[in-house]
Amino acid sequence: MWLLLSCVLGYAWKLLGYLVPASVLRDPRMSRIAGTMTIGLLASLTVVNTVASGQTLALDARLGALAAAGIALVFRAPFLVVVIAGAGAAAGLRLLGWG
Amino acid sequence: MKLLQSPAVRVGLSISIATGLYGVSFGALSVTSGLDFWQTMALSLLLFSGGSQFAFIGVVAGGGSGVAAMGAATLLGMRNGIYGMQINALLQPRGWLRFAAAHVTIDESTATSTGQTDPLEQQRGFWTAGLGIFVLWNLFTAVGALAGAALGDPKQWGLDGAAVAAFLGLLWPRLKGREPVAIAVVCALATVLAVPFVPAGVPILVAAVVAAAIGWFSHGRSDEGLEPDVDPYAEHPHPRPSGDAT
Repeated sequence: MWLLLSCVLGYAWKLLGYLVPASVLRDPRMSRIAGTMTIGLLASLTVVNTVASGQTLALDARLGALAAAGIALVFRAPFLVVVIAGAGAAAGLRLLGWG
Repeated sequence: MKLLQSPAVRVGLSISIATGLYGVSFGALSVTSGLDFWQTMALSLLLFSGGSQFAFIGVVAGGGSGVAAMGAATLLGMRNGIYGMQINALLQPRGWLRFAAAHVTIDESTATSTGQTDPLEQQRGFWTAGLGIFVLWNLFTAVGALAGAALGDPKQWGLDGAAVAAFLGLLWPRLKGREPVAIAVVCALATVLAVPFVPAGVPILVAAVVAAAIGWFSHGRSDEGLEPDVDPYAEHPHPRPSGDAT
């Protein structure tokens, strides 16, 4: 089961930081890759969830959700408010008949 | 009570409540992405890292395979290894405590701990945030999973829009400065270009490779993107000691 394997691997990363001698992991390049990859993955996940529908690109109500979330973040709204703004925008746009 | 006078405990508790609450959104999105209640709980109890958990269900919701979901979740968990190293250097947990500390090594517990200067406060901050979030995150995941299952058509409630907002919300605090924005834009473009050509879920891994290549070949700050999801000290500026063991 891929889900349980993900859990094992997730824990393995965490434990690695405690068990491997700091000198091995202190390589600034590894630390930098961990950082750039975090940004890249989150950006990619945002985009996939906004415009991908399986293997096709679709422009629909989810774009409104992205915009609403962006506005909420600019106004420093807490995470839960951002998520609710996204859901509300998508649901509202669909109610109006788009996407 | 004396413990509540500790600044690290107070920050740890407030961040536990704030973070724990949004376990509701994870629980609801997870069951609407197609996982069942216990699979959802397994992610929160065992994987226990918000970004990786959202990544897993984000790939599944988009029709991606289990392998691709695992890949995205695992790559996103790499930063926890770096956090583990920082906490190990700061707190030096011994024996079985080490294994417990590893499990609750996440963005928020690391940020709460490294934001303190006194070793005892660092210790208190780490454990308060780590254990507090673990308990509340799982509690609210269960609430969200039960509520999500009762909602019916997820699209009618805009839950796919909630997922979009959640990822942008996780990304946002890491976009401090020009370079992380550039990385995000390049990876977003790579994703869009890859979507029509590879199976669902794989575009995310393509973006990960692009991001890793940028990290490998460029020479920016070595902690770029490793600022945590939230800054628990945003309202009470605090001198931040360097987190590494040098």
